[in-house]
Amino acid sequence: MVEFTLPRNSKVGKGKTYPAPAGATNVKAFGIYRWSPDDDSNPVVDTYELDLDKMGPMVLDALIHIKNEVDPTLTFRRSCREGICGSCAMNIDGENTLACLKPIRDVKKAVAISPLPHMPVVKDLVPDLNGAYAQLASIEPWMKSDTAPPPDAERRQSEEERAKLDGMWECILCFCCTTSCPSYWWNGDRYLGPATLLAAYRWIADSRDEAKGARLDALEDPLKLYACRTIMNCTQTCPKGLNPAKAIAEIKKLQLERKV
Amino acid sequence: MNDMSSDLRVRTMRSQLSRAQGLGAAGSGVSHWWTERVTAIALVPLSGWFVVQVFRLAGSEHATVVRWGGKPVNATMLIALMVLTFRHMQLGLEVIVDDYVHGRAHLPVRLAIKVGALLLGLFAVLAVIRLMFASARAPAA
Repeated sequence: MVEFTLPRNSKVGKGKTYPAPAGATNVKAFGIYRWSPDDDSNPVVDTYELDLDKMGPMVLDALIHIKNEVDPTLTFRRSCREGICGSCAMNIDGENTLACLKPIRDVKKAVAISPLPHMPVVKDLVPDLNGAYAQLASIEPWMKSDTAPPPDAERRQSEEERAKLDGMWECILCFCCTTSCPSYWWNGDRYLGPATLLAAYRWIADSRDEAKGARLDALEDPLKLYACRTIMNCTQTCPKGLNPAKAIAEIKKLQLERKV
Repeated sequence: MNDMSSDLRVRTMRSQLSRAQGLGAAGSGVSHWWTERVTAIALVPLSGWFVVQVFRLAGSEHATVVRWGGKPVNATMLIALMVLTFRHMQLGLEVIVDDYVHGRAHLPVRLAIKVGALLLGLFAVLAVIRLMFASARAPAA
């Protein structure tokens, strides 16, 4: 049966509190999920009281401030700090998003931060995304074409054909959508999830690709594709403003179109 | 998806890609998804018709209701309503079970839903047919 509560060794306890430095005037509390594989302790939420005047405006700035100034053991992924690499995807204030794009002032009370939901945790805010990456690889996200490209030239596409890829090529594979999806939580071993299905439709919709039928065959499955229940968390949470739910609906329409 | 166990014994060395591929695509799912939607839309007018009829017949004599149910158009509508209702119920419950029931219980529960929906649907259809026979036997009013 589905598990409605966390297993005993995953129950989250209360951790340490790091008080604000003396003389701080602009203080905000950050409650951050901490777990380390190095001991057998349960995860805890540590509270960091920070002086917002000492850092930049985004949640990622606060995390970097903590690591540099308060607690160097805090572990998280980050790279580009401008919403293009997808590394700092995490759950902030109950919603999956990129820490680098999330302004601290958007959160009214204490800022609650935890790793992307329902994935194995490597440490602190770092989830294990290997399963999701493998699912992406399984849909073979590259162009397949039997027609040889023109010699010394790229494969051509009309402006209208190219426009069909807008809203899909922008995906940075942060997996905010996939890990926000209850269908993925319950059946993530078989359901491919919104990020991978968006990538699949990006190639199905590409006028230059010649494997549409094979791609649709590979998705025609009660769980791989149809475990999507149109909950739409994916579209609501996407930090890039994309619409994976629509891409999934387009795949379902094509599956129907070739049957009737 | 987490294969780390506390006793440090490696339980699977299967690659992540092999796990993601699973047993491949089953090649089905379209008709389940499509039938769920078509029955839902068809049930809107059918249910509306049924509710109107129930209000019209409220307080009527038993014989009046039997006569109403025995008319071919009414019986056709009733049987269509019953068949689509229980088919839609079956498809919807299967989706819920796929989401929330995993492991060994999954297959028996899925089968129980099919059997339950079939029997309930048969029962309802037979009730309408019985209404038709009763109405055929009854003296004309």
